Amino acid sequence: MKALFDPRGVVVVGASTHPGKFGFVALHNVLACGYEGKVFGTNLEGETVLGIACARSVDELPSGEIDLAFICTPASTNADILRSCASKGIRAAFITSAGYGEAGEAGRVAQDKLVALARELGILVAGPNGQGLVSTPAKLCAQIVAPYPPTGSIGVASQSGNIVSSFLNWSLATGVGISRAVSAGNAAMTGVADYLDFYSTDPATAVALAYVEGIDDGRSFFDRVAAVAARKPLVLVKGGATSGGAAAAASHTGSLATNDKVFDGACRQAGVVRAASVEEAFEAAATFATQPLPKGPNVVVMTTAGGWGVVTADAITRDRDLVLMPLPADLMAEIDTKLPPRWSRSNPVDLAGGETRDTIPEVMAMIASHPDVHALVYLGLGIQSNQARLMRGGRFYPDNGLERIVEYHERQDTRFAEAAAAVSVASGKPILTATELAVGDPTNAGPVAVSASGRLCYPSANRAVTALGHLYRDARFRQRRAL
Amino acid sequence: MSSSSTTLSESASLQLLAEAGVRVAPERIVASAGEAAEAATAMGFPVVAKLCGDRIAHKTERGLVRLNLGTAEAVADATTELLAKAVPDDGDVAVLIAPMIRGNRELIAGVATDPQFGRTIMVGVGGILAEAVADVVFRLVPITRLDAQEMIEDIATQALFGPFRGEPAVDRERLIDVLVGLSRVVEHDPNIVSIDVNPLIVANGVPIAVDALVEMSA
Repeated sequence: MKALFDPRGVVVVGASTHPGKFGFVALHNVLACGYEGKVFGTNLEGETVLGIACARSVDELPSGEIDLAFICTPASTNADILRSCASKGIRAAFITSAGYGEAGEAGRVAQDKLVALARELGILVAGPNGQGLVSTPAKLCAQIVAPYPPTGSIGVASQSGNIVSSFLNWSLATGVGISRAVSAGNAAMTGVADYLDFYSTDPATAVALAYVEGIDDGRSFFDRVAAVAARKPLVLVKGGATSGGAAAAASHTGSLATNDKVFDGACRQAGVVRAASVEEAFEAAATFATQPLPKGPNVVVMTTAGGWGVVTADAITRDRDLVLMPLPADLMAEIDTKLPPRWSRSNPVDLAGGETRDTIPEVMAMIASHPDVHALVYLGLGIQSNQARLMRGGRFYPDNGLERIVEYHERQDTRFAEAAAAVSVASGKPILTATELAVGDPTNAGPVAVSASGRLCYPSANRAVTALGHLYRDARFRQRRAL
Repeated sequence: MSSSSTTLSESASLQLLAEAGVRVAPERIVASAGEAAEAATAMGFPVVAKLCGDRIAHKTERGLVRLNLGTAEAVADATTELLAKAVPDDGDVAVLIAPMIRGNRELIAGVATDPQFGRTIMVGVGGILAEAVADVVFRLVPITRLDAQEMIEDIATQALFGPFRGEPAVDRERLIDVLVGLSRVVEHDPNIVSIDVNPLIVANGVPIAVDALVEMSA
């Protein structure tokens, strides 16, 4: 696995001169994303591609300098290529080629032979029929698709390459980064559980994120993922959870339909965090990666406006396990010292426009430091900067004092976002900031500062609460089992 | 039920559960109307009478269960009628007399074999609406007491587990005993394919198995 994710050198086998071909794209992505090891290429004509003077075959490459072969050649040629790779000391191969297990009986036979050969040669084979892998500690983008995500601590393993891309796109959009990501393809020799195993002891990975459609041996899969989840949070989304999805999965990966209630129970038993959708899975993983675990179910909502607080109170109440805690009297008395009497005096803590320059960071710190509070959801970030945006774009700017107030608004939202991160770190409690401006205007100073603090700015309070529910249930699973 | 399996009689099924620590309704197996009346009198009224035998599985559908029998005479009559309903295919039969367990809540518990995950423990809302409501939770064998506790927490209809229509809350520890008992039974016997405990009647807060069907691989 180390050869796959932290290779000393990489060779793209089948590096095409045509920029539309996978062999070209793979070499481009390896070269363009900052990989610092040696990069080699091969193609039949020995042509130079993107400045890499390609060899005609792996046999012409130096020995002992390459760990990973990224193979984009037709299936029929791959057995010989693997033998040559072994003779050069290459220990891992990612095979993108199609024409294996997904391609009928002949393909299945070819795949079995490939695996037998790889075992004999001592080469780890990833794929075939996969899109590739990403490893940000190695600055390695060895895949035939975009994007290359920011560096972070989420480790992705997926039975579908496109779902890897979805997770990486969310990572790019939110700034919450990735450690490793791999598309398992046909998983001939190396499956999702193998990658998760590796992530569970990988120092670069804090949380694992998996997509699966079908599992041949559910019992052994769950024994393995339970061992992973005992070490690190493991978020999983399953395709084919319904009869409609199962039919689609049967034609996609040939997966058998699974009794979803049994699958769900197995996840709960193993401590696997099961998400209902791709974005829910990413946001749960991003929350595990960037927030402390709550030590209990009690949530306080802090909002600058009433309506947001009400719908968030609904979301918390609908969650089976989170508690919209009654506001403790001592905390109420403390907040009274900072706000005029019209504030809500209940949870949600609605500041009701009574805040002055420092109120938001101060009240946030009071709430977070109360011993009965386990988590905080903060709403209302970015309102001022949203007005600032309108002012800056309007015809009265910068006169009439607008330049000064615009700067003040943006500075304040930046401060509030920074305070949310700092108070969370200081208190050891999760503080989730939610505003639709995260997607409505990602240039708004509020969401920009949340992202700069390394955290996720949730696009809605409901999505923040969903992520928090996953965090709490995971924390409870660990507490109950002393993990 | 697959063709390569056999079922235990209700009586043998309940005995297997009782040995695993599941509370089951006490019962007497009788062969005649006179014995039935005597057993019911000793047990206290009302009672239920059921025709049972190793090859009888669908008692309710065949009208082989008589509920709420309040007198020795009613028990004797019911027993005579049930014995007359036996057909040659039923093999050896007898009548089972048990106290009528009453409770407003019916749960379901059991063991099922999943093609991908192997044997599982199940618990949920039972009774005649069980299939329509489909509020059931699974775990893989074996389960711990904590797993069993979390299974109960995962059932959606939590209102059923609190105080209910004049009856106390479900004694969760006793329900955990049932689930852990099922797990233990199948761990010790690899031939058990399924166990169906429906209904598991909650009587005064305590879940009691009043019917069970154990299926074994042949």
